[in-house]
Amino acid sequence: MTTVISESGSFEVHTGHGLWMSASECERVTGWTAKPQGMCKADECVPLPAGSTRDGQVDVAAFWRWRSAPVLSSDAGDAWVLGESAQTRNQILLGETAPDFTLPDVAGTPRTLSSLRGNKVVLVTWASW
Amino acid sequence: MPVWQSLYDELKGSGFMVVSVAQEARGCEHARPFIEQAKAGYWTLIDAEHRVSALYGMVNVPQAVWINEAGHIVRPAETAGSTDHFRRMDRKTRTHTPEALVARKAAQDAYLNAVRAWVREGANALDEASVTSRQPRISEEMAQAQAHFRLAHWLRGAGRDAEAARHFAEASRLYPESWSFWRQAADLEQIGGAVSEKYWARVDALGDRPYYPPPDVPGFKPA
Repeated sequence: MTTVISESGSFEVHTGHGLWMSASECERVTGWTAKPQGMCKADECVPLPAGSTRDGQVDVAAFWRWRSAPVLSSDAGDAWVLGESAQTRNQILLGETAPDFTLPDVAGTPRTLSSLRGNKVVLVTWASW
Repeated sequence: MPVWQSLYDELKGSGFMVVSVAQEARGCEHARPFIEQAKAGYWTLIDAEHRVSALYGMVNVPQAVWINEAGHIVRPAETAGSTDHFRRMDRKTRTHTPEALVARKAAQDAYLNAVRAWVREGANALDEASVTSRQPRISEEMAQAQAHFRLAHWLRGAGRDAEAARHFAEASRLYPESWSFWRQAADLEQIGGAVSEKYWARVDALGDRPYYPPPDVPGFKPA
């Protein structure tokens, strides 16, 4: 199993050489669906680069690079990070509403920012270091 | 954090929430004593991968974003009331002059008063054009740095510290503006590393540039 860390979390995925995986695994990890016209998410479709699909499998690393988004792997190839591109990050930050997230509180309870709609919120960071 | 608790207690009946997010790669157990000491009634979340910093373009702690009832950002990431007075403290004894302590407290009060005025009267919220122009812009290097930071965090959890250190270093090289990346990695290398000689050398190298860029709120006097 390979660990794939994407914006939506950390996933254990069956992969082939590199980051080849089934189209359904790709959708679970990245939110992008394989269609005849390419990879699609919401209203957006991106044609896949040549040679990056075969027998229902997708070379997700190649697709990610094609999108100019960060792709990194551990030396052993057992963990991959699929980052968001600067362009996507800026779109999210400049979008209609504040970028949403879910994080655990100190008791481990997941808390989602957008559930506070209707309140004024000060989101403030700190650290022990 | 105690200042946030008293502000929260004062304003919680007015549709106000504080979401305090620890940028803490050592995780919950490391942050817990600090949080329990604050006896927080507001949300205190643990963000081991510094995802909130990545989403909002934050480069240091404490930074804050104000979000209104509709979920719109009305003040993008800015220093949450801290000042640069610490740069002039006695580094051996870690003490401030009485004047610096008074000025530092006054600045923090000005910031908290700005929050109070926003919650009570809607003051200090920026219009859409100002919010857009003040939002940090995420560069390709920053996006790449964030990916290195996440991989480093995973590697550290897997016990591969040397490989993790390489990716933490790469994150800081690509995104040198992020004090959080640099200090977090220094802290993971060794507790106290975030306030080491190397840290002070980095702070001194700023010269006339601020470590905590002052928030543009009424009455806030920077160091």
